[in-house]
Order: sequence, then structure tokens, then C-alpha cells
Amino acid sequence: MRTSQDRLPRLLALVPYLIARPGIPVEEAAADFGVSAKQLRKDLELLWMCGLPGYGPGDLIDLSFEGDTISVNFDAGMNRPLRLTGAEATALLVALRTLLEAPGVADADAVRRAVAKIEAAAGQAQPAGVAVGLGVREGKNTVLARQVVQGALKAGHALRMTYYTASKDEINERTVDPMRMLIVEGRSYLEAWCRRAEAVRLFRLDRIDDVTELDEPAAPPPYAEQTDTTAGLFRERPDQEVAQLVLEPDARWVSEYYPVEKMTELDGGRLRIRMRYADLSWMVRLLLGLGGDVTVEEPEELAAGLRDRARRALARAGQLTVTP
Amino acid sequence: MSVARAERLVNLVLCLLSTRQYLTAEHIRSLVAGYSDAPTDEAFFRMFERDKAELRDLGVPLEVGRNWSFDTVDGYRIARRDYELGDIDLEPDEAAAVALAVRLWDSPELTGAAAGALLKLRAAGVDVDQGVPAVVEPKVRTTEPAFGPLLAAVQAGQAVSFDYRRPSPAELRRRTLEPWGVVSWRGRWYVVGHDRDRDAPRCFRLSRIVGEVTSAGRPGVVQRPADVDLLQFVSKSSGEPPDTSTVRLWLAKNRAAGLRRRANVVGEQTIDGVAGDVAELEVWHTDSAASWIAGYGEDAVVLEPELLRKSVHERLLAVAGSTGGK
Repeated sequence: MRTSQDRLPRLLALVPYLIARPGIPVEEAAADFGVSAKQLRKDLELLWMCGLPGYGPGDLIDLSFEGDTISVNFDAGMNRPLRLTGAEATALLVALRTLLEAPGVADADAVRRAVAKIEAAAGQAQPAGVAVGLGVREGKNTVLARQVVQGALKAGHALRMTYYTASKDEINERTVDPMRMLIVEGRSYLEAWCRRAEAVRLFRLDRIDDVTELDEPAAPPPYAEQTDTTAGLFRERPDQEVAQLVLEPDARWVSEYYPVEKMTELDGGRLRIRMRYADLSWMVRLLLGLGGDVTVEEPEELAAGLRDRARRALARAGQLTVTP
Repeated sequence: MSVARAERLVNLVLCLLSTRQYLTAEHIRSLVAGYSDAPTDEAFFRMFERDKAELRDLGVPLEVGRNWSFDTVDGYRIARRDYELGDIDLEPDEAAAVALAVRLWDSPELTGAAAGALLKLRAAGVDVDQGVPAVVEPKVRTTEPAFGPLLAAVQAGQAVSFDYRRPSPAELRRRTLEPWGVVSWRGRWYVVGHDRDRDAPRCFRLSRIVGEVTSAGRPGVVQRPADVDLLQFVSKSSGEPPDTSTVRLWLAKNRAAGLRRRANVVGEQTIDGVAGDVAELEVWHTDSAASWIAGYGEDAVVLEPELLRKSVHERLLAVAGSTGGK
């Protein structure tokens, strides 16, 4: 809302906006339009110069300022906002319908009523060309966990939970102060202050094995900040190792599923990637599972460790066939 | 946009809204403040063409027509009923839903369009408070560079060409598509449309598009069939999970937590002098189960079925025999 291209839509919306809210403070209007009070005043000054042909005193848009508030005395015929464009109706209505599908969104009934009203007001501008399916798959346990987590969020209570940390393949008990729930890329997360880690953490709901709402209030410290999910959930950190891998065609999905850097196409549809990992045991599990579809080029310790672990696993499985 | 141009465009909208008659360009030139600045006829027409395009881009419905059959040139007007957003009044809980919906997008294109819609709802008198925190906050991101051009092509009804990499069997091929829509399914974006090379409907994953998306043909050509359900098309193509099957594993004591939390322990067994549990586990695909189990190395051994046992064995054998390094 800050570039000059956005100015004309704002100018066309301002007069109807002010008519609907006589005497609104400039600051409040500016906040609704996402601009500074100074910019809003400039817009109002410009509108004041506009009007109907003739452009005499009775033809121009007439605004009155009283202290810091504004009212419209003459609108020159511009008393309703412009209809929604197809793109606007799409972005808004598709988003609303997506909410209906998101597990646990508070009030599906209110969403449906909002959709019906906006569709009616939008007229011909019906959503087209964009569809969203969150496709959140929730097991029975996850549904139960979500209900407890939502209850705690509403009541403002802390939670005690048994949580599976996939990176370390560990199950731990921890007490957390819930902050909000998120659905990112088809998965539900609880964002909370973890008292054990003394940091904000995102917990996947399907990895919560058990959870209880506590009587004590949720008290994340004031400096606990919400995670910015704009660039995805993986955070790059200097202490992470970097592996160089060559993916066979069947393992190319790794480059789509995990954040990777520096991809190079090789012959035969193979792909060389560099991939960060925070935890060695996690990387070893991933690579063992990929079997021959991946070659570890760097670091050598990772390649050697992987070979050893595979050999020990083969030896143990071999024992089974000897002594059933 | 210059102050003079913004002012002129607002004046043009006000003038065309207030007239029932079609106004010719010449008439508009003499009537609307700002056009008298144009030094020549040519400069005026250039200016007027640009202004018309700008208004149409914003969605202003400019009507073109003639008042009388003997008029020799077209005129312009804006029909108020087409210009104005219909009456709308949202209850507080409905407005809260709108506020949450606007925050759904993490996408330059869609965030901007949703914000534009919100602006107009507010101008229609609806109060939407964006500061209210929601209990659940879904987010849909668009990070693929192909998203913007494809959405634009869908909205313009224009065919596109792009290089597409298929993983298996691996191939990189140029595709030409008449796009019907972009679809986000389980956090991944797809484009659905009529594939001209295959002469059939297809969907393509945006993350597998290589390089730039270029337009192929004029806008307004692509017709989306009325009966196509975009979301269903993608979710069917991506395949529904098959039935589950139960497998038996040996798990070393206190190891393989990730497998254990999904498994039921049904007995005990010692292998290779190491104490462990016998556990049953529900799995979907043999392939993905084999990857999952092989990842646990010597901490997990498949007891049955044989197919899964072999599949894990092959994976471990490939890693054990690898030479590694460059």
C-alpha cells in the first residue's frame, strides 16, 4: 500500500470511507489505509481539488477538518467504493473458503455468512483461477491434541506435553506457554515458549503424543517473538553442517522437500545439491533411508559414518536369519 | 503517478459517473480538468489512451457507445450500477473472519489483491480490525518464481510455455499450456490446464518449472471448461493413500523413538545378543516404510513381510557398498 501505483485506488476509496465514518480522526483513517497521516493529508488535499466539470465552489469535493477529524460535505457523486476486481474477489473469497477447511478455525458459520455476503456484494466478480486445499490430515491423536491446545489458548493456560523431536529422535516431557496455532504447508503447529529450551518453538501437532492443560497461566516472556514464517520454517544458523549430495532421479524430491542451496544439474537427471542440517543423527536417518539413490560427496566423515552404520545394520539383520 | 495525473484521473471518473450521455474524447478534452494541458491533438489522445488503460486495469467499467445512430465517433461513460460495490454489512464475527482471511496469504500477488479487497470493504463502511489475534492462523505461501507469471496468465486467459522437469523417468521438456488455474494442494502449488502437446488436461508442479514462464499467444484466448474442479483435479492426480498394512519389526530397547511412538509392542526378542522388542506397525507404502525403517540402521530390523525386509536390505546394501567422496 505504499507505492504510487496504489494511490489511485486509495483516492477512489477515501471519500466513501469518510462518508461511512463522519468525524473520524486522521490517524485512524491513515492506519486503515496503511499510510502515514502525512500521506493521508496529501491525498485529502488532492481530492479537495477534484470535482465535477465546471469546477466551481459547488462542484468540488468538499471536506471539512475539525481539529484532527475529517468529514465530507459534498462527495461529487463518489459515495460508494469501486466494485471488487476479479483478482480481489478471488484473493478474498478463496482465502475465506480455505479457512473453512482449516481444522479448528473458530467459527465456520461466521466464515460462511461472510462468504455469502461478499459474493452478493461482489456481483460478477467471482473467484476464478485460484484454488487452495490445505489437505490437513489429522489422526485421532492429533485431533485430541488440537482440542486441548485450543482450549489452553483460549483460557490462557500453560501446557504440559510429551513431544517427539524428530531431529533428535527423542521423546521428551516439556512445559510450554502457548502463543498461537499456525497451519503452514498443510501442517498444524503450536507456537509456544518452551520453558526447557527457554526459547520460542514451533511444535507439530502430529508429534504431540500427550498433552494436558495446566491450571497456571501461560506466561511467555515479553520478548518472546512470533516466528516469521514468510521464508519457510527452516532457519539457517552458522553452527549447521553442510553436506554435498548427488541425488539420483528417484531422490530428487529431497530438493523440493527440504531447503537446499546451490543446485547443479548433472547428466541423467541427477542433481548435485548442498544441504544444511542441524542434527547429524537426523541426516544419517534420511540418507540411510534413501539407500542407493543418493551419494554423499562431502563431508567424508558423514559418508564414512553412514557406511559403518549400514554395515552394522546388515550384520544384525543377518543374525536374525541364523538364529530365528 | 504524478499529482496532476492522479487528479485528472479522479476528475475523469467523477465526470463519467455523473453523465448518462456517452461523452466523446473531444468533449472530455474540453470538459475534464487536466486535459487542456495537452499541447497537441496527438499528445491528448496519447494521454487519454493511457488514462483509459489505467482505469480499466483498476477495474473501472468504462462503457463505450454512441448516443444516437447518426453519431460518427464512440463516446464513454461509467454506469453507476456497474461501478459501485453492492451494499454490504458484516457482523463482528464475520468481519473477524475477513481479517483472518486477508492474513492467509504470504504472497506478493495475493496479499496485494486481498488488501485491495479489504480497502474497498472498509470504504463500504465495514469495520475490519486486523489486530485481533486468531486461535489458528493458516498461512499459504507462494515462493516459486513461476507463480506470478502463471497467475497473471490465468487471469488474462493467455497460453504459456515453460521448461518442465519430470523426476522419474527424468526428462526436461518444453511444455505449452492453456492454463485454467493455479492450485495449492497440501502446501504445494500446481498449475492446471490443457496441455497442447499432449492434447489433454494436465497439472504441473510449480517447483519443477525451470527458468522463465513465457506467454504463447494473445490474452483472452484460453477458455476454462465450466465443469472442471481444479482442486479435485490436483488432489486426484497426486494420489490418495492406499490401504494400510501391518508389519512386524524388531526394535532395540529404548531406541528408535520415532518408530516406537507409532508401533505396538507385542513381545520381546534378543538378536545378536542385544535385547529388543517385537512391535507391530501400520504402514502405507512399502517404499516409504522401507526408507523410514532403514533410517534407523541397526536399531530396527524387519521381521515380516518379506517384501519390506528385502526393500530395507537393498537400501542398506547400497549405502554399505558405496565408495562415497567424489
